[in-house]
Amino acid sequence: MARMTMIEAVRSAMDVSMARDDNVVVFGEDVGYFGGVFRSTQGLQAKYGRTRCFDTPISESGIVGTAIGMAAYGLKPCVEIQFADYMYPAYDQLTQEAARIRYRSNGDFTCPIVVRMPTGGGIFGGQTHSQSPEALFTHVCGLKVIVPSNPYDAKGLLIAAIEDPDPVMFLEPKRLYNGPFDGHHERPVTPWSKHDLGEVPDGHYTIPIGKAEVRRAGSAVTVVAYGTMVHVALAAAEDAGIDAEVIDLRSLLPLDLDTIVKSVTKTGRCVVVHEATLTSGFGAEVVSLVQEHCFYHLEAPVVRVAGWDTPYPHAQEWDYFPGPGRVGRALAEVMEA
Amino acid sequence: MVDSARLSLHVPEPAVRPGGQPDFSNVKIAKAGSVPRPEVDVASEDIRDLAYSIIRVLNREGEAVGPWAGSLSDEALLTGLRNMMKLRAFDARMLMAQRQGKTSFYMQHLGEEAVSCAFRKALEKGDMNFPTYRQAGLLIADDYPMVEMMNQIYSNESDPLRGRQLPIMYSSKEHGFFTISGNLATQYVQAVGWAMASAIKNDSRIAAAWIGDGSTAESDFHSALVFASTYKAPVILNIVNNQWAISTFQGIARGGSGTFAARGLGFGIPALRVDGNDYLAVHAVAYWAAERARRNLGPTLIEYVTYRVGAHSTSDDPSAYRPKTESEAWPLGDPVLRLKKHLIIKGAWSEERHVQAEAEIMDEVIEAQRQAEAHGTLHAGGRPSVRDIFEGVYAEMPPHIRRQRQKAGY
Repeated sequence: MARMTMIEAVRSAMDVSMARDDNVVVFGEDVGYFGGVFRSTQGLQAKYGRTRCFDTPISESGIVGTAIGMAAYGLKPCVEIQFADYMYPAYDQLTQEAARIRYRSNGDFTCPIVVRMPTGGGIFGGQTHSQSPEALFTHVCGLKVIVPSNPYDAKGLLIAAIEDPDPVMFLEPKRLYNGPFDGHHERPVTPWSKHDLGEVPDGHYTIPIGKAEVRRAGSAVTVVAYGTMVHVALAAAEDAGIDAEVIDLRSLLPLDLDTIVKSVTKTGRCVVVHEATLTSGFGAEVVSLVQEHCFYHLEAPVVRVAGWDTPYPHAQEWDYFPGPGRVGRALAEVMEA
Repeated sequence: MVDSARLSLHVPEPAVRPGGQPDFSNVKIAKAGSVPRPEVDVASEDIRDLAYSIIRVLNREGEAVGPWAGSLSDEALLTGLRNMMKLRAFDARMLMAQRQGKTSFYMQHLGEEAVSCAFRKALEKGDMNFPTYRQAGLLIADDYPMVEMMNQIYSNESDPLRGRQLPIMYSSKEHGFFTISGNLATQYVQAVGWAMASAIKNDSRIAAAWIGDGSTAESDFHSALVFASTYKAPVILNIVNNQWAISTFQGIARGGSGTFAARGLGFGIPALRVDGNDYLAVHAVAYWAAERARRNLGPTLIEYVTYRVGAHSTSDDPSAYRPKTESEAWPLGDPVLRLKKHLIIKGAWSEERHVQAEAEIMDEVIEAQRQAEAHGTLHAGGRPSVRDIFEGVYAEMPPHIRRQRQKAGY
């Protein structure tokens, strides 16, 4: 057992997977010799050689397109899109090719690829390095969509994603990459070492895709969150002194509906938190499912806390990024209703 | 400041529109046998002129001449003729079936049979094509059962793809035919990835990418060339220039600069143009490129100069945008008639045997059609189950799709 940041956990997941299976290859912009702009692939080329971990031209569609071809051959490509904001040139390859190859060929060809990408804000990345495009993927049948919130999950979920027979979008919240984040962007951070989940096994383990985790048990209100917002939600519940149950979705597609329904049925109240813009965000899907499955148990309208419906600003980043204050006000609102 | 006139936009137009006289004087055709055949390890910069010429083997008299001739035996040529005739007969019957309402859609290969039929014979078992919608000859020439193709065209109960794909968008891993996408050019770069994987695994198998003249304008075409060039992938990059992208003439994608083959030169990829209606030339060039790939010498780009005689699809009306007689004026002739003539002057074939073969092949196609229709057509008879809608989106059905399947009553 070691203490790892999320970057180290992600790197460890690829290392373990490459060691176990010669068919796992890792490539993308700057991932080879340099080890990635966030260093998530550092050392992999030196360890596994240039044909298993290599740099690519700056062509996201080329990266994903070649990965699809490699998967059809029998490899298991785990590719990096340098920032989620850059994945749009590859969107056609992801949504109309990777996602549908199994279906349209009736299983004759499959596409076991993983597409990793740093997402979200909190590092002063401005509008082109801060996006959270998960809803663009959850609308696509055939993809799986994962957003981890801590190093332990990141490693176990990434290994599971690499071993998964279908294409998986793996969105890594970059605010959590280097570990310490207690949900309060205005306060000094606390290290992962004070958090149980900073403990990460060195070897192989997996976390099942499609299973949520209850991070904080409570009976008054359910907070549904994922990625960085899990920490914000936990901080908000502590600050507000509300007996909130916080669910970390981990996997958005497939979604663990049972855990959400069980919790909301118990609490009767629900707040959904995400960093992506509000309109048509993934929260809309959660709210819709909650009203469909928990309507007669609800004591108050379900409330969403999300990024504003604007591009992500640079200087006003912390007014955009939902913090414990906004979540706390939402909690108070549903408790008063 | 330069004193100049006001700017104006240049929009290319084909030489002739409906009602005009067909004119292919702009197609510069090299004499058969006149283009040299370099060694396969030639440097791309030493054969730049091959991207601007046209490699031809069969001359006007039907003789096979020049350095690209002689790669096929009479027996192989007779098989090639038979495959092209079979594809043509298959097209004729399926076009009629679409008109009879037995399927929603069909795309024929008329005039382009040599490209896919001859190319397939340059590949080996285990190689992989990433085709577009007009390469069914790859399957026909590899003896994929016509009944299976028809079952898919009819979306009947025996459709190998369970009614999920458009007719003609076949898939067969066994026959080296990757599942076709309707989104153009996406598969060009996938072919490069497949070839890279084969190289990563030190395998001996190669890939072939396919694209039409129009979709070379898609960014994935350029992504594919970048990756193929960078990693020297063992891939053959095929461009089928049949002059028309639905109603848009090839000059819109190409502009006035060079040829489609010449697009490969900037990437350092050896690029050749070949007479796409010449079975022998297509095979010889494809074989040359395949040998290069197999010897780890990297990618080759080939432009097949041909003409789409039929409509783009059953939803298209070419008389609205080109002269009705344009196909007759096409200077490179008909691929079936050219190979037939060659075999006759060699004494390996005759007019009588040809007529007999046509009848036999049509009988074979009609028999396949009878068998396929016994399993149903799009609007009559057996069809895939509604349950099949929900299967196979993922390896394992997730709960939300299971709930939807149950809601649909299955």
